[in-house]
Amino acid sequence: MDLGLIAPELVLALLGLVVLVVELFTGPGAKRLVGWVGIVGLAGALVPSSALLGQAPRLVFGGTYAVDPFAAFFKIVAVTSGVLVLLAAMAFFRDRRAEHEGEVYVLIVFMVLGLVAMAAAADLILLFLAIEFVSLVSYVLAGSLKRDRKSSEAGVKYFLFGAVASAIMLYGFSYLYGAGGTTNVYQLGPRIAGQPTSLAVVAAVLVLAGLGFKTSLVPFHQWTPDVYEGAPSPVTAFLSVGSKAAAFAALLRVFYVALPPGAWVPVLGVLAAVTMSVGNLLALSQQNVKRMLAYSAIAHAGYMMIGVVALAASPTAVGSGIAAVLYYLLAYVFTNIGAFGVVIAAERALGSDAIPDYAGFGRRAPVLALAMTVFMLSLTGIPPTSLFLGKLNLFGAALQSGLGWLAVVGILNSAASAYYYLGVVRVMYTQAPADPSPLPEGAFIRTLLAVTAAATLVLGIYPEPFVRLVQHASLLLRV
Amino acid sequence: MTGLLSLVLWLPLAGAVTLLAIPQDRHATLRIVTLVVALLDLAAALCAGAAMDLTHTGTLQLVERASWIPSIGVSYHLGTDGLSLSLVVLTALLLVLCVVYSWRIETRIKEYMILLLLLETGLVGVFVALDLFLFYVFWEVSLVPMYLLIGIWGGPRRGYAAIKFFIYTVAGSLAMLLAILLVYVHSNPRTFDLVDLIGRRPLAQSLPLAVLAFWGFFLGFGVKVPLFPFHTWLPDAYAEAPTAGSVLLAGVMSKLGAYGFIRIVLPLLPDAFRQMASLVAVLAVIGAVYSALVALAQTDFKRMIAYSSVGHLGYVMLGVAAAAAGAGGALADATAKALTGATLQMLAHGIITGALFVLAGVLADGEARTRDLSEFGGLWARVPVFSGIAVLAILASLGLPGLMGFVAEFLIFLGAYQIYPAMTVLALVGVVLTVVYFLWAVYRLFFGPLNMRWAALPDLDRREQWVLAPLCALMVLFGTYPGPLVAMINLATANILSLAR
Repeated sequence: MDLGLIAPELVLALLGLVVLVVELFTGPGAKRLVGWVGIVGLAGALVPSSALLGQAPRLVFGGTYAVDPFAAFFKIVAVTSGVLVLLAAMAFFRDRRAEHEGEVYVLIVFMVLGLVAMAAAADLILLFLAIEFVSLVSYVLAGSLKRDRKSSEAGVKYFLFGAVASAIMLYGFSYLYGAGGTTNVYQLGPRIAGQPTSLAVVAAVLVLAGLGFKTSLVPFHQWTPDVYEGAPSPVTAFLSVGSKAAAFAALLRVFYVALPPGAWVPVLGVLAAVTMSVGNLLALSQQNVKRMLAYSAIAHAGYMMIGVVALAASPTAVGSGIAAVLYYLLAYVFTNIGAFGVVIAAERALGSDAIPDYAGFGRRAPVLALAMTVFMLSLTGIPPTSLFLGKLNLFGAALQSGLGWLAVVGILNSAASAYYYLGVVRVMYTQAPADPSPLPEGAFIRTLLAVTAAATLVLGIYPEPFVRLVQHASLLLRV
Repeated sequence: MTGLLSLVLWLPLAGAVTLLAIPQDRHATLRIVTLVVALLDLAAALCAGAAMDLTHTGTLQLVERASWIPSIGVSYHLGTDGLSLSLVVLTALLLVLCVVYSWRIETRIKEYMILLLLLETGLVGVFVALDLFLFYVFWEVSLVPMYLLIGIWGGPRRGYAAIKFFIYTVAGSLAMLLAILLVYVHSNPRTFDLVDLIGRRPLAQSLPLAVLAFWGFFLGFGVKVPLFPFHTWLPDAYAEAPTAGSVLLAGVMSKLGAYGFIRIVLPLLPDAFRQMASLVAVLAVIGAVYSALVALAQTDFKRMIAYSSVGHLGYVMLGVAAAAAGAGGALADATAKALTGATLQMLAHGIITGALFVLAGVLADGEARTRDLSEFGGLWARVPVFSGIAVLAILASLGLPGLMGFVAEFLIFLGAYQIYPAMTVLALVGVVLTVVYFLWAVYRLFFGPLNMRWAALPDLDRREQWVLAPLCALMVLFGTYPGPLVAMINLATANILSLAR
């Protein structure tokens, strides 16, 4: 057994313990040190994660854990988003009296570990454990501002919804076990292929309840706006990219490997269309930026689901659903965390999440406004930003797989979404503020925004290496 | 000479980045730097023209090609022929004039100038891109600065006009994106390269797919032109935009759509376009007549010019549709005339309507502060220079022989009549109505008793004269001596028509 194959997990687990100890020995005013240790450690974990990209796909630990470029890619995504979220959290807690600042940093590190495991689990039991691990951490993180009623409400709500979704998913797993006589995803595939499709359909729908919950897929999305609004903004950012990406990884692995396409492609196709449309329609009228981003997150889950449904076999960039989803997730990490970075900065400066309060940002906080414009254009899908290329890949994959109707639904939704994304830009640049004084933009926020905005543009303007990366990473281990 | 087109393309962006470094209260520096960049870009565009072999303007020249995203078949591919070169020069010229005119802008000059330069890069990019991916990127990039120009410096209803403009065009361009992808996924090997795609015609085997792709392009380009019934964003956007925005919207942006039809749809999907050409022609004629009728009812000078634009672009699209219908058929001469006329009309409309919007801007931004025609009267005696230039531009716009608009419209109708006789006659009704509303506007502005409110109205100042002089000179020059320009465009259109066989 080569421990090098799980080096990232080992580093992350060790790092979690280290930050836990560091947290114990730092005073109330010096908790930021915990965050720094976390950032340095996570950056360190990128090295073994990237090294795994070159490994030939294989299963380890008695076939329960996959080592393939696909899992390595998601390790990189999870770790990167962890670094960015830690940065955001440090900006969030700066000069703020909060009781559990250190614990939040620790939990973020542990959550990265859970996300990594989710993307690589090749056994339903291990997958369930990874998902529950992530869920428990997320519940605590969402409610971590104990004195804040909205945060507590978010924590409880997330927990209640999440517990139900997990239970239903576990029920689905039991169906799969009953049908195939094994919990191993890779052994399930051929065994289920021989069973009646109706069984696979039921199992797929039940499993979808859990994974759809994490990805904010309609109709499992109801928690999203309230939790996004109530949770501390860095945590919201993490939920919107980290657990979403890992859930997509698990979804891709379980569905592609274990279930016959006929069982889930039609269901997911319809859900993708409904999710996009519901998310965008409800986002149109939002006045709270976090709620708007919540509905936008739902809509983007719908776009990404197009790629999951598009089953074209060849893993060339435009045309392969998996590569398209991976590219979209990578781009979405930077764009969405960046957008939440602006939200955090605005919260700190104004104490408000209301979009109308962003009036005059073009003059009051030019860096913030410019960065937000980049993120909003990216979310709309306007070139030369990263999510434009993401959408191009997704719609290309849909056309390639004969799902032109989904591409059309996606186009209509993108056009509608321009209204509310551009609405933020309009408020920032065209409306006069009540108070024109310049706003402070802290060093953490500036770093975060510079990194995320630059990545958003680089992924849009010079995407070649990243396109190659996702093409390589779409080599999901298959039996 | 390679790199010249890249220079024309990226110089404005470099200028915009430079402006970022200049403090926002250094108004004079900001204006002068912008003007210098715009002038340099015009010079570069003219150099590109000089570097071209003008006896072969049908073939793509100054071609630059580099790999960009090879794994999905995207390349950085630029090139120009008589068609795109003339539009690039027009863009660069209008931008210089817009900067000069915008000297009077006092609020947020830095952002304004940056956006103008960004817009120039986007517009030039659309005209010189020979890769569909690159084309789409510039197509969308040009949208955002225009949205902000309307939204920040526009008239009273700017917010509404800006978002309406954006949503309409984005919806159209996303449809176009689907069409591009449809062509792309059927190409083998996968490529976005326009020249390769035209050579291979990936959708030639399947007419239904080609028609589907045509509809995607049709929506994208049709909204931008705009063709009836996608024109409803236009009067709001044109009327509410700041003067420079209106000039660039009408002068250049509306050409993007027609250019797309000529450069992409005609050679790439000739069979589908031939099938749908009658429909496009019908919409074009409806647009021409309907917009003329609506223009009759306008009292807002800018809205009237906006509707006249819909009409003029209707003639352009009639010419393009006629060319598409006749391409490869027996009427080679008529199709060539129609397409050359359409291209010429694009240039003429850019120059003439640019001048008209500047004149309307002088009224609206200057002392008068209104664009309501019914409030004027008898201005001729008060402001003779303004009046003279306005009458010249209006006469050019309604197609008076000896001015640029006439040559273009004449060629379009000459060519289109042999292919769509009935519709051409109907379009002539639009021409007659155009004469009516424009002459009526002349009457309301310049004749009759002088409204005493305008007794102290100043005439064009030196700067405004400088803006209008080149436009007027070009109207007269190309109206009386169109030969070389027509010859240059002819070669380009002949080549495109030969591809569309």
